[in-house]
Amino acid sequence: MRTILFLLQKEFLQIKRNKSMLPIIFVIPIIQLIILVNAATLELKHINMYIVDKELSTTSRQIVSKFKASPFFAVKSSSFSLSEAMNDLKRDKVDVIIHIPAGFERNLVRNNKAKVQVIINSINGTVGGIANAYVSSIIAEYNKKVIADLVSVTPNAFSATPSITVTSSFWYNPQLNYKTFMVPAVLVFLVTLIGMFLSALNLVREKELGTIEQINVTPIKKYQFIAGKLIPFWVIALFELAFGLTVGKLIFDIPMVGSIPLVFGVAAVYLLVVLGIGLFISTLVDTQQQAMFIAFFFMLIFILMSGVFTSAECMPEWAQQLNHINPIFYFIRVIRMILLKGSGFKDIVNEFVALSVYACFVLSLAIWRYRKVA
Amino acid sequence: MQSNEPVIVVQNLVKKFGNFVANDNLSFEVYPGEVFGFLGANGAGKTTAIRILCGLSRPTSGKVMVGGFDANTESEKIKTNIGYMSQKFSLYDDLTVRENIRFYAGIYHIPYNIIKTRTNDLLQKLGLEHARDKLIHDIPLGWKQKLAFSIAVFHEPSIVFLDEPTGGVDPITRRQFWDMIYEAAHRGITVFVTTHYMDEAEYCNRVSIMVDGKIADLDTPNNLKTKHNAANMDEVFQKLARGRKY
Repeated sequence: MRTILFLLQKEFLQIKRNKSMLPIIFVIPIIQLIILVNAATLELKHINMYIVDKELSTTSRQIVSKFKASPFFAVKSSSFSLSEAMNDLKRDKVDVIIHIPAGFERNLVRNNKAKVQVIINSINGTVGGIANAYVSSIIAEYNKKVIADLVSVTPNAFSATPSITVTSSFWYNPQLNYKTFMVPAVLVFLVTLIGMFLSALNLVREKELGTIEQINVTPIKKYQFIAGKLIPFWVIALFELAFGLTVGKLIFDIPMVGSIPLVFGVAAVYLLVVLGIGLFISTLVDTQQQAMFIAFFFMLIFILMSGVFTSAECMPEWAQQLNHINPIFYFIRVIRMILLKGSGFKDIVNEFVALSVYACFVLSLAIWRYRKVA
Repeated sequence: MQSNEPVIVVQNLVKKFGNFVANDNLSFEVYPGEVFGFLGANGAGKTTAIRILCGLSRPTSGKVMVGGFDANTESEKIKTNIGYMSQKFSLYDDLTVRENIRFYAGIYHIPYNIIKTRTNDLLQKLGLEHARDKLIHDIPLGWKQKLAFSIAVFHEPSIVFLDEPTGGVDPITRRQFWDMIYEAAHRGITVFVTTHYMDEAEYCNRVSIMVDGKIADLDTPNNLKTKHNAANMDEVFQKLARGRKY
């Protein structure tokens, strides 16, 4: 124990003297939160739209005005030529074309049905899907109005159309605020980044400088050395989480429904996993460059598979299986559950146990792989 | 020089890296309180041997006993009894003189009050009291070397291993450094030192000269000079190394 205290004293002194440490701890979280949370949004607004209205009747104008009034669409240009519209689509000037053919109004009145063509740029499938949903809902709404009008004009034509109305209420994030959803995830990235990279690079730096030889020739125990490298960055990462949560609350006013101590409790275990992976990597490599590349490789996979942008439940079966070894997946889920839904310990006990087992495993691996004898 | 039980016993030590044989069948003994020199050109296998003796590397074959413990199986036990100063300078640049001493002393389980008094004594002896709170980064190389040596023997080990300790320092500092080595030997610490400065070989009680991973000869400097009909150690070395194959 005393040996570990001496190691900790040394590490904290070195961290204190490292001039790039303070900016890393205080500036990175603020920048990450502000940029990522605001930028990484799936809310679509101002989708550029081209309108080809070949009819210019009252009905078609009504439809066009619906689109113009919608905050989701920005009508960039309109003409009578579909081929001009297609050119603009190819040049990426617009993403959606609404094509109202000639005879639209006549068909609507005579045949009770008329067609509107919608062309959507779906290179990004998600964006395409969302744009389609918005267009459909605007047209559907208009359709309802048309039916209502028809019904009132010829009251005997239909007895009141039976309809099922769906009313939705959105729980836990009633305003569907994307930031509420993103802030906890970005916080997870932040502590993961800080934890994994700092711990991995720190140990390898001692290899590069040769000071590790001097340590290896002492009777120090392997677990003591790993603990000495683990604890300082564990403390820093937890502090980072506290700092990030404060910034998130002050700037984005994210909800904190659940228990904050519980968030820190899970984070404490989660960070053991992340730091353990960082330390394990550093026992495998000889240079900071190698450590950086390997850590980056894992970070990228872990982040993209974690369900931060795309829902993890919608991934293919094998990917979901793979997520069982993705620590970020567990923690993002848990932090969102606690902060946004107010989940308690018994709701997250599975994730907590998984992370605990993971932490024991990966730390044992790091201690085992750290070699005092080359 | 005492003739009691040897503190280091090496029998038929072989260390291979792939096909390259760094240490080819070394056998020697070192006795308590001795200043034992390990001489050889760069790449002769000195550092490889010293790393095995310190438990930093395992021998490919052969028996290596240090302080009564087997380097093959009990390297961690060896480590409580030895000090080591590596070729690659290994104090922490971003810690002060005092912090470095405190850190290494702490790892060797020396009690706080003893660390404190011994640190003060040491700084006084080295004349480094004014630099106690300076970063290692900011002090001259000669001081760093002396400090590194003092830290290697701070926990009073029975053997200290010095791997080319005087590389790159001026002759005056080298002389002072050897005074410190003698003083440590006088206190009963066995000193195992590698060097490629032949004048330093004269300071050793016994010298082993390594050529191409083998021990070409091993004796006191005077015996070696007589045996090879040489005026100084440099000549001895030249004669032994001449038979070297490339």
